[in-house]
Amino acid sequence: MSVGVGLRARLASGAFAVTAEIGPPRGADPEALRRKVAPLAGCVDAVNITDNAGAHVRMASWAGSLVVAQAGAEPVMQLTCRDRNRLALQSDLLAASAVGIPNVLLMTGDHPKFGDHPDAKPVFDLDSVQLLWAARMMRDEGRLLSGRALSTRPAWLIGAVENPFAPPAGFRAARLAKKADAGAEFVQTQFVFDVPAFARWMAELSDLGIPERCRILAGVGPVRSLRALDHMRTSVPGLHIPGEVDRRLRAVPADQVAAEGLRICTEIIERLREIPGVSGVHIMAPGYEHGIPGILDRAGLAVPRDGEPGPQASGGFRGAAPPGQHWPQASGAQGGRPAGPARPAAPTLGSAGAH
Amino acid sequence: MLAPNAAYRGLAGALARAPAALRVFTAAEKATKGAAFGCRMCGQCTLPVTGYACPETCPKQLRNGPCGGVGADGSCEVFPDLRCVWVIACERAEREGQAADLLVLQRPVDHRRSGQSAWVSYWRGDDETLLPPPQAGNVAEGPR
Repeated sequence: MSVGVGLRARLASGAFAVTAEIGPPRGADPEALRRKVAPLAGCVDAVNITDNAGAHVRMASWAGSLVVAQAGAEPVMQLTCRDRNRLALQSDLLAASAVGIPNVLLMTGDHPKFGDHPDAKPVFDLDSVQLLWAARMMRDEGRLLSGRALSTRPAWLIGAVENPFAPPAGFRAARLAKKADAGAEFVQTQFVFDVPAFARWMAELSDLGIPERCRILAGVGPVRSLRALDHMRTSVPGLHIPGEVDRRLRAVPADQVAAEGLRICTEIIERLREIPGVSGVHIMAPGYEHGIPGILDRAGLAVPRDGEPGPQASGGFRGAAPPGQHWPQASGAQGGRPAGPARPAAPTLGSAGAH
Repeated sequence: MLAPNAAYRGLAGALARAPAALRVFTAAEKATKGAAFGCRMCGQCTLPVTGYACPETCPKQLRNGPCGGVGADGSCEVFPDLRCVWVIACERAEREGQAADLLVLQRPVDHRRSGQSAWVSYWRGDDETLLPPPQAGNVAEGPR
């Protein structure tokens, strides 16, 4: 991959970023994964590889990430705290950098109760904030949680997730601020269907000065059927679908639901691009990966993602990020919002060697 | 109420030298906090900075805030009959004007301390995660 291509460069340039998400197969055949990635290579900036999503066993995300990279797309390796203790998490992070995985997305993970092995022992040795903290320390200070020095520092971009819509609503911006303090450089959100609620969360983040330090990619995706709608409403923890979206999907004939879902998805992307501080979208379309280029086309985001600048993100960031530093500062006020109170510098790890 | 003072430090020092008395004290702490807060005796109590809602009672033991699966009504995604520990913590912290406490980055739990008295550790000053000083910004020191 040449300089200027990929998620890091896209986010540093201030151009509107697009990531997508695919789940590895329940099996040992890489071909299914290659088929899913093929339509995405060259039309998105990076592709997330889920880590036993929904607590269902799939091919490991690091291996899936390698398959995706071989197929010509830049991987974002998801890593959850559910299945590993702090030893395994840190060794997997080292492994990811060693094999050239350029981005990691660190998250708590769904509880095993919802998965295909509800009898499994949930680990949750670290929480997502602590894992972000550990990753940043490994990369920027060259140390493990124990304080022991690394021979070579890893080099990935560190991502996090957040759900702007789940209670306690008043704490959600502060929670992302904690993740940014801990080390998150970008965040991908839960599905956005309620754009006004998302805009309120973004305004809180801008007041805290978060988008300058941690790029915000809004999660989007098409609802393809009423069955999918019901599944999302009832079985996906923390997902909020407003009544207006529900009514629109139920108001059309059954054979028109998929088309209406795509229209809604496209409209949401267009509205998200108008919100100050939004750096991109993260498209989740399980089973419909081949339709993602079409969604990008309809939303005006179908630019070649081979280093050419795309449409500017609403924040209007310029320049390249200095190595190991925060993202470049906004060239002007973020959509007219005040910069907000200064946040303390990222935490240092003080007595970490005391073990 | 439990903030370290000379008497508590003296008590903790004495308990640390008397294993039988420490066992009795630890059992009393377990019974008290177990009844009041559902304490799991992790040995590194965060109750004072989490609105006295115990994060160890969260099914994911999250110490730095709620997961993304909280129900719209504030219910726990894993046990929907329960309210999310962090929803309770946020409500109480806001009511008491202690919302800044929730911004503290909590270190990973030291599992060697499981079952030990958090109060004695606190009074002896060998658990820096117990009550981060309020003037320390919103960032606790690094993991131990």
